[in-house]
Amino acid sequence: MSLAIVIPYWGLSLLRVLGGIVAVLLPAGTIVYLFLFKMMSFMQSRLGPMEAGPYGSMQLFAEVGKWLQKEDIMPERADKSIFKIAPLIVLSSTFLLIAVVPFGPDAWFTNFEAGVFYMLAVSSISVLGILIAGWSSANKYSLLGGLRAAGQLIAYELPMVLAVVGVVIQAGTMNLQQIVVVQNSGAIFGWHGLGNPYILTQFIGFGVFMIAVQAELTQAPFDMPIAESELVSGYMTEYSGFRFLIFFIAEFATAGVFALIASVLFLGGWGIPFEWFGWHVTGATGIDGVANWMNVVGPLIMFTKMMLLVFVIMWVRFSYPRFREDQLQRFAWKVLIPLSLVNIMATSILKVVF
Amino acid sequence: MSADTMLGDRQKLAYIASQAADARLNVELETEGMTLNIGPQHPATHGTLRIICRLDGEQVIWAEPSAGYMHRGYEKLTEVRTFPQVTTLVNRIDWLGSFANEVPFILAAEKLMGIEAPPRAQHIRTILFELSRIANVSLFLGDLGVQMGAITPVFMAFRDREYVLNLIEGATGGRFHPNFDRIGGLKDDLPKGWIDETRGVMRKLRKFCDEMDDLLFGNEIFQSRTRGIGVIPKEVALQYGLSGANLRASGVDYDLRRDQTIPMAWSKTNFKVWTHPDGDSFARCWIRLQETRESTKIVDQLLDTLPAGPVMAKVPRIIKVPEGEAWVSTENPLGEMGYYVISKGDLGPFRVKIRSASFNNISIVPWLLRGVYVPDVITILASLYFILGDIDR
Amino acid sequence: MAFKPKVPGLVKGLGVTLNTLMTTVTKGANTVQYPHEKEAPPIRARGVIALREDNCTSCMLCARSCPDWCIYIEGHKELAPPRRAGGAPRKVNKLDRFDIDYALCMYCGICVEVCPFDALFWSPEYEYSEPKIADLLHDKTKLGEWMETVPEAPELEAGADKKGKK
Repeated sequence: MSLAIVIPYWGLSLLRVLGGIVAVLLPAGTIVYLFLFKMMSFMQSRLGPMEAGPYGSMQLFAEVGKWLQKEDIMPERADKSIFKIAPLIVLSSTFLLIAVVPFGPDAWFTNFEAGVFYMLAVSSISVLGILIAGWSSANKYSLLGGLRAAGQLIAYELPMVLAVVGVVIQAGTMNLQQIVVVQNSGAIFGWHGLGNPYILTQFIGFGVFMIAVQAELTQAPFDMPIAESELVSGYMTEYSGFRFLIFFIAEFATAGVFALIASVLFLGGWGIPFEWFGWHVTGATGIDGVANWMNVVGPLIMFTKMMLLVFVIMWVRFSYPRFREDQLQRFAWKVLIPLSLVNIMATSILKVVF
Repeated sequence: MSADTMLGDRQKLAYIASQAADARLNVELETEGMTLNIGPQHPATHGTLRIICRLDGEQVIWAEPSAGYMHRGYEKLTEVRTFPQVTTLVNRIDWLGSFANEVPFILAAEKLMGIEAPPRAQHIRTILFELSRIANVSLFLGDLGVQMGAITPVFMAFRDREYVLNLIEGATGGRFHPNFDRIGGLKDDLPKGWIDETRGVMRKLRKFCDEMDDLLFGNEIFQSRTRGIGVIPKEVALQYGLSGANLRASGVDYDLRRDQTIPMAWSKTNFKVWTHPDGDSFARCWIRLQETRESTKIVDQLLDTLPAGPVMAKVPRIIKVPEGEAWVSTENPLGEMGYYVISKGDLGPFRVKIRSASFNNISIVPWLLRGVYVPDVITILASLYFILGDIDR
Repeated sequence: MAFKPKVPGLVKGLGVTLNTLMTTVTKGANTVQYPHEKEAPPIRARGVIALREDNCTSCMLCARSCPDWCIYIEGHKELAPPRRAGGAPRKVNKLDRFDIDYALCMYCGICVEVCPFDALFWSPEYEYSEPKIADLLHDKTKLGEWMETVPEAPELEAGADKKGKK
């Protein structure tokens, strides 16, 4: 990449860190406003927050201000240090996840070969945070919530991993940037018009991945850990003020980041089919065959695709009642995992044959 | 959806077997019990009900409801008030279907006086009674969604319930506490345009019932959460004194609107009494949905046959109810509600005993909650549908 | 009922929410954006009680029949000039104090109904909340002011007995 100015290494790192923070918080804020406040309200035949700012657009800032000025309550018998660390662990896994998501041909934070592997590993860190949040709260409800969460999140890690394996087999690489390139420069039976977004061939994997993501985010119908009418927020019950805000932001930020990852793996990421512009990325030129303005347009495209996927996630969240814990587990182990294994087998066979 | 049981014998046996297997495992491992307090402050219980459960993992070994957090001393209050004042008070027992609370009390007083309200008053009383039932049960349908985790049905329930409350307010002046029944008839007649408005609202409510069918009852997740959960066999339901939809869900064909003759207009309408053979949570919820639809049809029939005439019989200005005892019970939205009124010839009753439906309905909770999982506890409580004001009075 | 295939129930549920979303976007929500727009309550709505002082004879029927005993009445009798010359002076009632405590009032309407002289009326006004609970005791003047908001009684439905109660 050729830039007009030379930025020292520490400058680049600073840009990356800032970019990462923006990349996590901006989608989180937009998702919270657009989907949680507005879409949920419209689906319930009401208008949602309208007072703070025009059409309630400043509501999120008002909420943040409200949470910040609350008293920091900690239960007496809680395990103090663990209680304080738990929300940070959950949020940190989100920030670690965004590091591998590519936003453009050169707009990436890190670009290493085992991107998918790293992503799947890091997404499991939040499980730890949730578990210790439930345990350290010294509250029976939180404990129940935490244990349920542990069972559920571990159970749904497997379908997620297996669904992604299908994509990796078809792409032939674990590097997320390469996966995007392969999708956008690919062809469907020789026709380059649409690229080769893996949602068409990996539709089973896509379905399994989206269901697993819904479960990983503990959204309805998989929100047993936060079962509001039973456990009053489950593992988050004892948290107030800034700590609860971190959980809240983490939930929606993670939704955004998982949607970004899903759009990278299945929808073609930051790209639009390269044929439309005549870029050729195979052979000598590599990724430099893609124009530079893609670095600016890429994030916008990613944002749009993320919004689409989050719309589906939230739509399902607001429409369905929740599963019971054992039904949840049964669904994961007896339905999703066999399905994703079948998907892997079919993909491998077809990959070899074609 | 018909009333045939969807629960195959194999499914029933499978559920019982899995419960038994878990119980065996718990005994073998000797895991300690954890005492969990559901309530009195809790989003799930309809008010301040406390249920003390002893858990083993996620299963309930022993449960006991501890009511009384909302006891307001109704029966004592009625001893020092006149009949019109007591009518005002009893609105507040079951506050969601409030007109339905006044009716049996007024009927008991009229029984003691030996008078009957004119036919138009009886019709309008029945119409308002059914409107209270619709208001009450549509909130139940919405609340059912919230207990299960679906947050959208409740807003639709409140939205459509507003229409009914506006109707009640247009006729009586009060949305929640109409205070419209008087000994001998009603306080006032209906305002102009009310009948057409009611017909329109009934159409909207039938659409709401269809929406609930699609959004909640047809949902496979909801069905798997409620089918086979909290099965109450017929004999047990009768022994514990359940009433209303809970009883009919266990297969007992008993509806006080049809099975007793009181001076109300139900005998002049054709309606179906819905029963279900299963007795599980799904049956209880499903029956209430069908009954709501049925109520809209009853209201339509009553509006068509509304007779002209006065709404108040000839009663003296200051009413002194003659000495005697009377018991009247009606099919309220929550179940069977009855009043036993003892009068000594004064301005007010000497003693009123209020038989409220929810108090008897939750008596089955200790028997029913043994061996169920914690999420199912919420499902069962939601399907039994009690209101704290009705339990504690 | 035959066995239904698995998907439709879930899909229909999604359809209902999408439908509501589209309806709200195109036709607006069902909610009223209070305080920018206000819904008018029905004519008979029980908002506040208004007092017509001229009609009141301090017979105390309303104060006695209130279930909460929230009406406080004090009055005295005065002598007014006779109607015709040469007649005896007549005793007229003067109200000293007629307070209704809206912190206690349960809006049942027994006082309005029981008054034999039509001195009390219902008005659908509801926006009179106060920061201090003592201000909820409306005195005679304030109750007289509410009289301006009392609407005409609505017309009755067809078939109603016209000579019955209004």
